[in-house]
Amino acid sequence: MTRREGLLDGTLILLAMLAVWQALYQYAGSAALTPPWATARYAVELLGTPTFWGHATQTLSAFAWSVAISAVLGIALGLWFGAFRFAGDVAEPMLASLYTIPKVTLYPVMLLLFGLGPSAKIAFGVIHGMIPVVLFTLGAVKNIRPVLLRAARSLRLSPMQTARFVLVPAVLPEIASGLRVGFSLCLLGVLIGEMFASQRGIGFLIINGINSHNVKLTTAVTLIVIVFAVGANSALLALDRRLHHRG
Amino acid sequence: MTETAAHAVLRGVTRVYPGTSQVHALGPIDLDIAKGEFFSVVGPSGCGKSTLLDVLAGLNPPTAGTIAFEGEPVAGSVPDGVGVVFQEDASFPWLTVRDNVAFGLRRLGMDAAEVTRRVDYAVGFMGLADFAGAYPAQLSGGMRQRVCIARTLVLQPRLILLDEPFGALDQQTRLLMGDELLRLWRETGATVLLITHALDEAAMLSDRVGVMSSRPGRFIDLVETGWPRDRDSRIVSDAAFGAITARLWSSLRTESMKAIGRG
Amino acid sequence: MTRSTRIVCTRWGVSLGLILLLEAACRSGVVPTLAVLPPSEMFAAMLELLSTEEVLANVAATFSTVAVAFLAAVLIGFAAGVALHGLPRFRRAIDPLLASYYSVPIFVFYPLLVALFGLSALPLIAIGFLAALPAMLIATLLGLDRVPPVLRRVARMHRLGSARTAALVILPAALPNLFQGIKLSLAYAFIGVIAGEFILSGGGLGYAIAYAYESFDNRTMYGLMLFVLLSAVISNTLLSTWESRLQRRRWRA
Repeated sequence: MTRREGLLDGTLILLAMLAVWQALYQYAGSAALTPPWATARYAVELLGTPTFWGHATQTLSAFAWSVAISAVLGIALGLWFGAFRFAGDVAEPMLASLYTIPKVTLYPVMLLLFGLGPSAKIAFGVIHGMIPVVLFTLGAVKNIRPVLLRAARSLRLSPMQTARFVLVPAVLPEIASGLRVGFSLCLLGVLIGEMFASQRGIGFLIINGINSHNVKLTTAVTLIVIVFAVGANSALLALDRRLHHRG
Repeated sequence: MTETAAHAVLRGVTRVYPGTSQVHALGPIDLDIAKGEFFSVVGPSGCGKSTLLDVLAGLNPPTAGTIAFEGEPVAGSVPDGVGVVFQEDASFPWLTVRDNVAFGLRRLGMDAAEVTRRVDYAVGFMGLADFAGAYPAQLSGGMRQRVCIARTLVLQPRLILLDEPFGALDQQTRLLMGDELLRLWRETGATVLLITHALDEAAMLSDRVGVMSSRPGRFIDLVETGWPRDRDSRIVSDAAFGAITARLWSSLRTESMKAIGRG
Repeated sequence: MTRSTRIVCTRWGVSLGLILLLEAACRSGVVPTLAVLPPSEMFAAMLELLSTEEVLANVAATFSTVAVAFLAAVLIGFAAGVALHGLPRFRRAIDPLLASYYSVPIFVFYPLLVALFGLSALPLIAIGFLAALPAMLIATLLGLDRVPPVLRRVARMHRLGSARTAALVILPAALPNLFQGIKLSLAYAFIGVIAGEFILSGGGLGYAIAYAYESFDNRTMYGLMLFVLLSAVISNTLLSTWESRLQRRRWRA
């Protein structure tokens, strides 16, 4: 497929989605959502207001903290579990099963432990985002080809050189994939946190819009969240693919 | 070469891969394979050996030319009486050895007792009797390839096409598998076409070896080995074996250099 | 003792140890009992709650919602995966959407779903369905991608028609991925429905937990929470056991 065809297909998909949106609006009416063009205009308008940015800053800072903590803790734990095979084999299914539980039920516990401030949101983001980082890192270390380490030994690399020139480049692509998944889940965690028992943030804006039947606000904020999530995810995905091709 | 009528006949067979790049992969090829003959094809990598097998098996149609098997034209589907053994591990991982071998017969709606009899024979013939209840994942690569050969053999094909079946095996295993292939060929009386990249394998097993050029693959030499029908891997110590291998290599050397870009 | 039994024993030991540690931390006051209930009391609370009509009704409501969402997601996800696999150009075009799907919290669509389906069980089913659908779809695509091409050629050598090729060769070859998809779909449907109930709806286990939190009824909250987590872990473990029993021989290398 040529680049032009790809661009054409992408445009067609986008147009089809907008058409579905418009059709849903026609069917469900303004009590459910606002039409694409009006929503986009209102979203742009919102982006110019300090109130919106007040909420957005709250969300973004909680999100940034939870991504940072998930990344550091997740990579550290993953490397540890990967290096100590037995610990890794014990932990892996436990982590996988933590990944599949409805974590939202744990949110009240976060609130009871951390209070109603941003720390509960950050902690909740971390319990969503950290597990995939651990699992991907663990897998990367576990599946490193032994011949690479033997090659490093035959080239008489020091442990530091081995880490710098062999281990890190070998596990980097998988860790990048883990971080991408973790990134999405942190955002999910923080937004869910804000939707429940919170007075600040993007999640609160959405839930407040729902509860006060402010359809215009809900639809516009949802659009902003989707554009942000899809945009960030696509950028990370492109980076991810580049690392994997190289690796 | 025996004097019986040709079992498979290829006339002007050409294959061009469709699409924007239009790769001319094969031909034109003219070839008669006699009934009961063991014919091998050697050639540089990427010369269209496997394409030739696909076309002869009816897995892919030729772009031009005709193929006949037992006097009937081959077009678009695998004719009855033709069995193929592939290069890759093609055993079904979800079936036991026994069920893998029985796969084709069950599809034919044969009665259970006859299936059991034939499967037992094929499993025993390929030395798999002790592993009949095992799954492919429990077997070595060589054993899995035996499963695939047994699965084809059980259908009692009159023409067996093998696409580098021992390519992934070590040299000792290959020699022994070669012996089994010769035994199979003698006992079934089938015609065999073997695609291989190993010159010694071709020289040891075949009545006749076709040497192919680099792409588009054509036959540039046909070598008759003159081996007795009753032969085995011990002929590698025969002086004629060295001479045949040397001739194959001298025909092939320039072509192989083209294939690795030194032509 | 083999390595794998040692691993399993250690896993149980670690889990038990963590539970006992939490118990000790709560009993000794290191963790305030107002914040976290000792595990023994959580368990007692769960058993008490499960004998009340009201909780059982919530359990039935949530489980049936999850079941409908899960089944629909598996069937439709599989069908959509098969269709999409046959349309490579369309697939490439919507690939970025699939890759970004789980980065969007789907229950932001809840108000829209209520407007579409009315205030019934349907919006929640739709949330669970939308959460689970892509998992099954992606697993189906992956499974079909990973069928070795040589197996399709074997099918042609045996002169199987397309229906028999699908049933006897493609489906068994893709089964490990399909099973993975089924497992993930159940987990995601459960997560979606509970989250939807928790944040937005007025019924079911998720709502009951949120309600208990808001009315400072920690005992009920922890009892229900333990039940939800145990349900998820147990159903996932059961499916995994079934899966490994199906796969054991195939992948014992």
